Amino acid sequence: MLAKTDTVIHTNDLNIYYGDFLAVRDVSIAIPNNAITAFIGPSGCGKSTVLRCFNRLNDLIKSFRLRGNVQYHGQNLYAPEVDPVEVRRRIGMVFQKPNPFPKSIYDNIAFGPRLVGYKGNMDELVERSLRGAALWDEVKDKLKESGTALSGGQQQRLCIARTIAMQPDVILMDEPCSALDPISTLKVEDLLQELKEKYTIIIVTHNMQQASRSSDYTAFFNVEQTPKGRTGYIVEYDRTEVIFQSPKEQATQAYVSGRFG
Amino acid sequence: MSDSQALISRSLRRNPWAPRTLFSNVMTGLAIACAVIAIIPLVAVLLYVLINGVSRLDLNLFTQVQPPPRVENGGLGNALQGTFYTVGIATLLAVPFGVMAAVFLSEFVRDTRLARWIGFATNVLSGVPSIVAGTFIYSAIVLTTKTFSAFSGGVALAILMLPVIVRTATEALELVPSELRQASVGLGATRFQTVAGVVLPAALPGIVTGVMLSVARAAGETAPVLFTALGWPTWIQSIWQQANTLSLLVYKFATAPYPNQQQLAWAGSLLLVLLVLVTNILARFVIRRRH
Ligand SMILES: Nc1ncnc2c1ncn2[C@@H]1O[C@H](COP(=O)(O)OP(=O)(O)O)[C@@H](O)[C@H]1O
Ligand SMILES: [Mg+2]
Repeated sequence: MLAKTDTVIHTNDLNIYYGDFLAVRDVSIAIPNNAITAFIGPSGCGKSTVLRCFNRLNDLIKSFRLRGNVQYHGQNLYAPEVDPVEVRRRIGMVFQKPNPFPKSIYDNIAFGPRLVGYKGNMDELVERSLRGAALWDEVKDKLKESGTALSGGQQQRLCIARTIAMQPDVILMDEPCSALDPISTLKVEDLLQELKEKYTIIIVTHNMQQASRSSDYTAFFNVEQTPKGRTGYIVEYDRTEVIFQSPKEQATQAYVSGRFG
Repeated sequence: MSDSQALISRSLRRNPWAPRTLFSNVMTGLAIACAVIAIIPLVAVLLYVLINGVSRLDLNLFTQVQPPPRVENGGLGNALQGTFYTVGIATLLAVPFGVMAAVFLSEFVRDTRLARWIGFATNVLSGVPSIVAGTFIYSAIVLTTKTFSAFSGGVALAILMLPVIVRTATEALELVPSELRQASVGLGATRFQTVAGVVLPAALPGIVTGVMLSVARAAGETAPVLFTALGWPTWIQSIWQQANTLSLLVYKFATAPYPNQQQLAWAGSLLLVLLVLVTNILARFVIRRRH
């Protein structure tokens, strides 16, 4: 049993490689409990790469290598004895493109709990998860219909519901709104505020308003050309007000105000 | 007058005798003619078999045993039974192995040299003439067990079905978006749970289509069962004895000098053609339902 700490995820001088290519360097960051942390920065600076390190999803990529460590409540996620399957059950992920399974809405939610042999009342869990993702009222009469028949915004909330059905500790979101219309985006943002009561959320976003409106902490990533390719790094990490109103770095100021290069 | 004015003042009306209109019309006509010619063999075969076979298409055809020479009536019951047994055995063997091989190729070694080699081997196997599959099973099973049997016929047919199933199933599995695999893995599914719970169900329509088409093909094959199942004049009690099949019966009765047997050969051909037609239509239906 791990002791719950104020810092959920902590990295120290993390370097991430794809083959010989250093994609992200020197990531040192502490993600606080029950808060929303936003990752912002230009494309290709390694936001997704870092995010996917936090639940070992990068293990799927053959060329992926990592130096340094990622602590989750003080435990090294990349220690040899750690089971990545267990990690992913505690640290869920919502992807950029909504990716519901081609199954019924009900089965989409029940998929994860069934994996772990959930013994409780499944109907209740499905309802609770869909309510948690603010989708229940829209789908309660068509739980048997395919999840892929929903609108894009509904699909994304279905994916969020599917993630919270696992009752995770942390939810990682990689640009969850970039494929959604503005109304759906607002719905998801409202949802984020509710979710942070229970979960720790890390969200990658390209939308500055979204980051400043919804997040408590913001990490600004940038990328610089090195002889071996473009390597990303964290320029500045602080409370969101500080990043958006009085950043210490010139580059941060330029990026958040839209004057970026 | 400037160029653009010249363009505007030219008539927009179609001129049916303009060379390009004429050329276009001729080519369209030619294409239609070629399409018709391509369909003629199909229609001719269907009609010919239908006209010659339909007279015997009744219940007796399915319930009665094949008639000996110079005996009237009779049916194709035992040949249908044999086809059912051999194709059933072939399906039971080829589907699990074929689908598992496809899962291995698409989910475990995709884009590796091993996958390319196995893919190449499957392609070669699918090009092997069916008579070769028959001789192979003849020497591998018939000679060693010292008996012809429905079972050995089934194994020979399985060899023909296997590459078709491997290829169609691999294609169906590779079409499953990687986002779905990531979603499953991201929820904490193991590799097995991802394949069994997400990837296979998503690919199922494509896999079923491939299986159905290979079943239709196996049902019509003659060469593999020619010296494995060999033929048998009446109902069989077990898969370990000789059996007749529709294709074998057609092969033997069509060339027999007895009108009754010739008629049954036509009826058997009709059944085979109908089988292929129905499975193809069903396969299309399954494909359509996916979208
Ligand atoms: N699977 C991969 N294999 C090799 N390189 C990759 C892979 N995924 C991302 N990269 C590279 O890593 C860098 C960071 O990518 P990414 O994390 O997707 O950035 P972001 O999410 O900030 O746009 C880019 O240069 C990208 O090309
Ligand atoms: Mg990204």
